[in-house]
Amino acid sequence: MNDYLLSHLRQLESESIFMMREVAATCERPVLMYSVGKDSSVLLHLARKAFDPAPLPFPLLHIDTSWKFKEMIAFRDATCADAGVDLIVRRNEEAIARGVNPFDLGADEYTRLLKTEPLKAALTEHGFRAAIGGARRDEERSRAKERVFSLRDGQHQWDPRRQRPELWSLFNTRLPREASLRVFPLSNWTELDVWLYIHLEQIPVVPLYFAADRPVVECNGTLVLVDDDRLPIGPGDAVETRSVRFRTLGCYPLTGACLSTATTLPEVIQETIAARTSERHGRVIDHEVDGAMEDKKREGYF
Amino acid sequence: MASSSAEAWIERHQQRDLLRFLTAGSVDDGKSTLIGRLLFDTQNLFDDQLAALDSTPDLALLTDGLKAEREQGITIDVAWRYFSTDRRKFIICDVPGHEQYTRNMVTGASHCDLAVILVDARHGVTDQTRRHSLVVSLMGIGHVVVAVNKMDLVDYDEDTYRRVCKEFTEFSARLEVSDVHFIPLSAKDGENVVRPSERMPWFEGASLLRYLESVHIASDRNLIDLRFPVQTVLRAEPDFRGYAGTVASGTLRAGDEVAVLPSGLKARVATVRDPAGEADVVFAGQAAVVTLDTDVDVSRGDVLARPANVPLCTQELEVMVVWMGEEPLRPGAAYLLQHGTNLVPATVMSIQYRTRVRTLRRESDVDALEMNEVGRIHLRMLRPLAVDPYTRNRSTGGLIFIDRSSFDTVGAAMIRDVQPLTSPPPPPAVDAAESQVSRDERCRRLGQDPLTIWLTGLPKSGKSTIAVGVERRLLDEGFASLVLDGSTLRSSLAHDLGFRPQDRREHCRRLANVARLANDAGMITIVAMVSPHADDRELARTIVGAERFVLVHCDAPLETCEARDDSGAFAAARAGEIEEFTGISAPFEVPESADLVLDTAGEPAAAGAIRVVDLVRPRIALDPR
Repeated sequence: MNDYLLSHLRQLESESIFMMREVAATCERPVLMYSVGKDSSVLLHLARKAFDPAPLPFPLLHIDTSWKFKEMIAFRDATCADAGVDLIVRRNEEAIARGVNPFDLGADEYTRLLKTEPLKAALTEHGFRAAIGGARRDEERSRAKERVFSLRDGQHQWDPRRQRPELWSLFNTRLPREASLRVFPLSNWTELDVWLYIHLEQIPVVPLYFAADRPVVECNGTLVLVDDDRLPIGPGDAVETRSVRFRTLGCYPLTGACLSTATTLPEVIQETIAARTSERHGRVIDHEVDGAMEDKKREGYF
Repeated sequence: MASSSAEAWIERHQQRDLLRFLTAGSVDDGKSTLIGRLLFDTQNLFDDQLAALDSTPDLALLTDGLKAEREQGITIDVAWRYFSTDRRKFIICDVPGHEQYTRNMVTGASHCDLAVILVDARHGVTDQTRRHSLVVSLMGIGHVVVAVNKMDLVDYDEDTYRRVCKEFTEFSARLEVSDVHFIPLSAKDGENVVRPSERMPWFEGASLLRYLESVHIASDRNLIDLRFPVQTVLRAEPDFRGYAGTVASGTLRAGDEVAVLPSGLKARVATVRDPAGEADVVFAGQAAVVTLDTDVDVSRGDVLARPANVPLCTQELEVMVVWMGEEPLRPGAAYLLQHGTNLVPATVMSIQYRTRVRTLRRESDVDALEMNEVGRIHLRMLRPLAVDPYTRNRSTGGLIFIDRSSFDTVGAAMIRDVQPLTSPPPPPAVDAAESQVSRDERCRRLGQDPLTIWLTGLPKSGKSTIAVGVERRLLDEGFASLVLDGSTLRSSLAHDLGFRPQDRREHCRRLANVARLANDAGMITIVAMVSPHADDRELARTIVGAERFVLVHCDAPLETCEARDDSGAFAAARAGEIEEFTGISAPFEVPESADLVLDTAGEPAAAGAIRVVDLVRPRIALDPR
């Protein structure tokens, strides 16, 4: 291939690298939001490429709700040790000690206490003015209109009516006092692009993305992994071992598994193409009310 | 799918290319329905997205994003949609059609290779069609598809379609759109969107999707003019120093000679890296890292180019601007310009005209550009930028305006004219003819013995005010003089210079030479110039001649100068936007042997001017006064 042509993946790759370099070159105290999922794996891989052979110019921040899959935490620790990166883990210890859990609280309040609040606190405390995240515009309707460099006010809130126009690759990173940026270098990637790129570059991901026999219980039509003994199992609930995998990873009680036999990357990709259910479907949080994601983002959810 | 065929499928899909296109049209033209149809018929919609809709799929509802918009039933911003086929990945930039949202369309268009302009077959070319076409032309989109929609409502009539095509062709001749393609379709019924229409057998062309899959865009890229804007400098142990950036245009390989702009220093490329590591060549669109064989000064904002093919380095520009700010653009207003990886303060010098988007008519005598208005303006920057015309290079020909207090993006502009606006000086005569007028004769005619009064001091210390005060007073007393103001001459005599020490020295050298020429012609010269370096002032003294050189230091404390500044320059310097700003980020060397020190903070300028004239009067007057 040397007609100086770039495939769509190589174009997306170079564009994402450009965005990360803009952050590093022009933003005060940047941070990379590392949520351990496949998008974060791609994000970290791109960040390394952007600055190679120099070290990463920003730390990683993981918001740990204490309800993440055990395998996610193990993968996170192995990946970060391997890369020699600076990882900051943030938990709302007060709420965790209080026993905040996703069963007794509604998804909204749970997200606010264990995700949104500790995220905002960490950003404020460290004085991070630009947080790089792995969100994609194809994930949810409200995300289709968000900028790549998205402005947040002093309370980390998003105002869809006050977004800066984004032209060419001229990203305006200037900030008024108090404000900060969320930067989404994967904005133009789709779920399929992410998988194709993982395959192309052989990027390691959490094994939960591949099918295996796992203990699950069915709650309101969603298959939930019995990841530890905190999951309340009623007398009528049956724990079954089934071959399942996850299309998206978050808090285990809130993330639905799908029945699958895909144990290799090509099989996962094959399933992704055939899938007729969009990936956030497995997440309970988007469904509570119409426009749920938009409301959460206005509040400061990533 | 067997696993080997899965691998083959994956490999094929990893190699697909990318087309970004814009869809322009109003709610009534059925634009949302068209996009919904493209997604639906190429099966890029998921079941739960469909389930979220009413049972009878209103395709338009699929593409409305924000809650507020759903409530109002309109789209108010740029929305991005993604779909792919076996041949290409597509990014749709969906922009609304109403007039007040020209800014959104411009924003979307800046990312696109192609535009689909929807026309309602019943109404033909409307004001809105004209508006959309103008924006497409302005934004340099080379490929246009005119989708003549709602053919179902005109009974799929060929004559109606032909009429619309003719109308559009006539109108678009006035625009800079090279490749126009027409397709008759019905988004509602899916005719000619994805599948070819059986109801329009008279149409022999491909369906919209087929066309989008096959349109050739690779040759739109500029692979000729190397432009590599440096984003950041990467340093690694033990002694790696690489310049990271994305190749804006052209190609670059190890061994190539490059010029660093604006300094003009030259070096040879040692290595190039693409995202996969060290490479033979990097080219337009690739993120890259470049190392050089010599240790030249390169930093963010610099551009690498071939020495024989460089962009113009200029401090003045003619641009077409699309205004997006709530506050109108006015002459005299100052903004930050972001161009490539550069951020530079600039002032709007004048508005040449406004183009009415509806009629394409030009209106001169305009004192402001309101939001969504388009016009041609003249800009002056505080530092030179390395620019190309937008039509030649979208990356180095586009720029955005940033408001200096809110930091909002308030405008976008395309560089039109990159000719130096001030004509270059004629080449010097090799053998100067000997003058037949003697110095004495000139002095007697003008009644004065000329000299140069050199005013030095911090920015805003009052040099220019003193200079014009002195000029006035000299004239009142019968003396002829000329003021050379270092700042204003930056737009002409020194338009190619910045603020680095070597630029300042060159600026001094030029002004001192002009001062000397004027002195030789009998004129008294008053130079007002920061001239912060003692060495440079010494250079000026040598050029002018020590016996005719009077150095005056306008001495005001930094705080006073800063408090006086209404241009925002000090604030910008404090914020780090202006580098090498005397008093903030560059030194001012206080003269040790000034002929006169004026307290320009405590003393009124008029009094200062009198003291200067009192000092020089005995030396300039031929007759004792």
